[in-house]
Amino acid sequence: MSETLVLLIKIVVVLAWFLVLALLLTWVERKQSAVMQDRIGANRARIFGLRMFGLFQPFADAIKMIFKEDFVPPFADKVLHTLAPFVSFFFVAVAVTTIPFGPTVRIGGTAIDLQVYDGSAGLLFLLAMLSLGVYGILLSGWSSRNRWGLIGGMRGAAQLISYEVGLGLSLVGLIMVYPSLRLSEIVAHQGALFLGFLPRWGVFLQPLGFLVFFITAIAETKRVPFDLPEGESEIIGFYAEYGGLKWGLFMLTDFMEIIVVAALATTLFFGGWQMPWLGPDGLNWPWGGHWKMASWVVVCLQIVSFQVKVAFFCWLQILIRWTYPRIRYDQLMDLGWKLLVPLGLLNILGTGLIMSLK
Amino acid sequence: MTLALVFLIFGLLGAVMVSMNALLGPKKTNPVKEQPFECGSPPLQKGIPGFVIKFPLVVFLFVLFDIEVAFLFPWALIFREMKGPAFLILLAYAAVLAAGFVYAWRKGAFRWD
Repeated sequence: MSETLVLLIKIVVVLAWFLVLALLLTWVERKQSAVMQDRIGANRARIFGLRMFGLFQPFADAIKMIFKEDFVPPFADKVLHTLAPFVSFFFVAVAVTTIPFGPTVRIGGTAIDLQVYDGSAGLLFLLAMLSLGVYGILLSGWSSRNRWGLIGGMRGAAQLISYEVGLGLSLVGLIMVYPSLRLSEIVAHQGALFLGFLPRWGVFLQPLGFLVFFITAIAETKRVPFDLPEGESEIIGFYAEYGGLKWGLFMLTDFMEIIVVAALATTLFFGGWQMPWLGPDGLNWPWGGHWKMASWVVVCLQIVSFQVKVAFFCWLQILIRWTYPRIRYDQLMDLGWKLLVPLGLLNILGTGLIMSLK
Repeated sequence: MTLALVFLIFGLLGAVMVSMNALLGPKKTNPVKEQPFECGSPPLQKGIPGFVIKFPLVVFLFVLFDIEVAFLFPWALIFREMKGPAFLILLAYAAVLAAGFVYAWRKGAFRWD
């Protein structure tokens, strides 16, 4: 009974964290673009005269979208048209449950993992859920019965499945280094030290793998350098025939994908909740010093460390989105197939060679 | 058990969000609103064009290469125990993969115009 209760609380907390962070990211994106383009950005929404730099804007947007008309075009496929945003949202949302948020904590004698679903093939589950998101795009483009929507949907499907290959290849090298598909074990492996002072993070052991992973992961989020399926400035887009909260779900999915990619990059390549040199009893400096800490301080530091890394990667993706122009379709496919797939293979061969020589 | 609960809660949330507009929004329509979304001009043809032939090719390539990637994951898991022999096996496997990749490239499967 109490186990189910703990599980429920964990799911609700993760869900709240996920949705609130996704909403906040819409604000961060608008403010970041405003700063980069010398504008003020969203600052009007207020509650009782309190403006808070426009922090209430995402909530105002959400309320507005909730009260829009539920419009399904008469020529569209009604069932699939409604199913598409649901599919798109659902699979990305489920993916976040495999991410470990912190170490195992003990509260009153019961050990609680700060992770909702710790499957023995957690990484494969996460990748599978992320790739099922293709169905949302393809269904929305197809069921709209609009040629611009269909072009957007086809482009999106072609792009996502092309980059899927590179994404898979970039992670094989990582599995060779940390031989486990359980995400909590991969994080635990990254706690040790390497060369005496560097933490054993994936990015130091697999730099090429991280590069391929990050580029393919950004392409999977379908944001600006790779935003051909949406093309906000063109008419083409798989959600051309959507409005209200159904459109909002696609937009929310975009931001949720950013968070999942950031959390995945953190977990796999930047030590997850591990903080450099922080052991279970305090900080062990590489030059020999030792700071003793209570265990609850250590756990809090580790949770904060995970949040800081995720926030950094979310911000980095927003920075990339407002820095680069959109690339052409043939450039997109060339980058995916002719550069990232061979690089991913090369990474596996190089890792195998070094590990078998050692 | 865990996954069933996760799927249930997330699915319920998604269903609520998809149906919210139907419950709370207004319902008013007119003939102009019911036209397909275009650049302001009335649509010339009804319906949607067929698939462009290039897209199924991408799907074939994806199925081929992604299955090969899926086979690499269990290999990577036991690599630390096997080392030398596992690396030789990979070389043979990667040679087959590379041969297919080069063939597809030479045939112009990665040419987009």
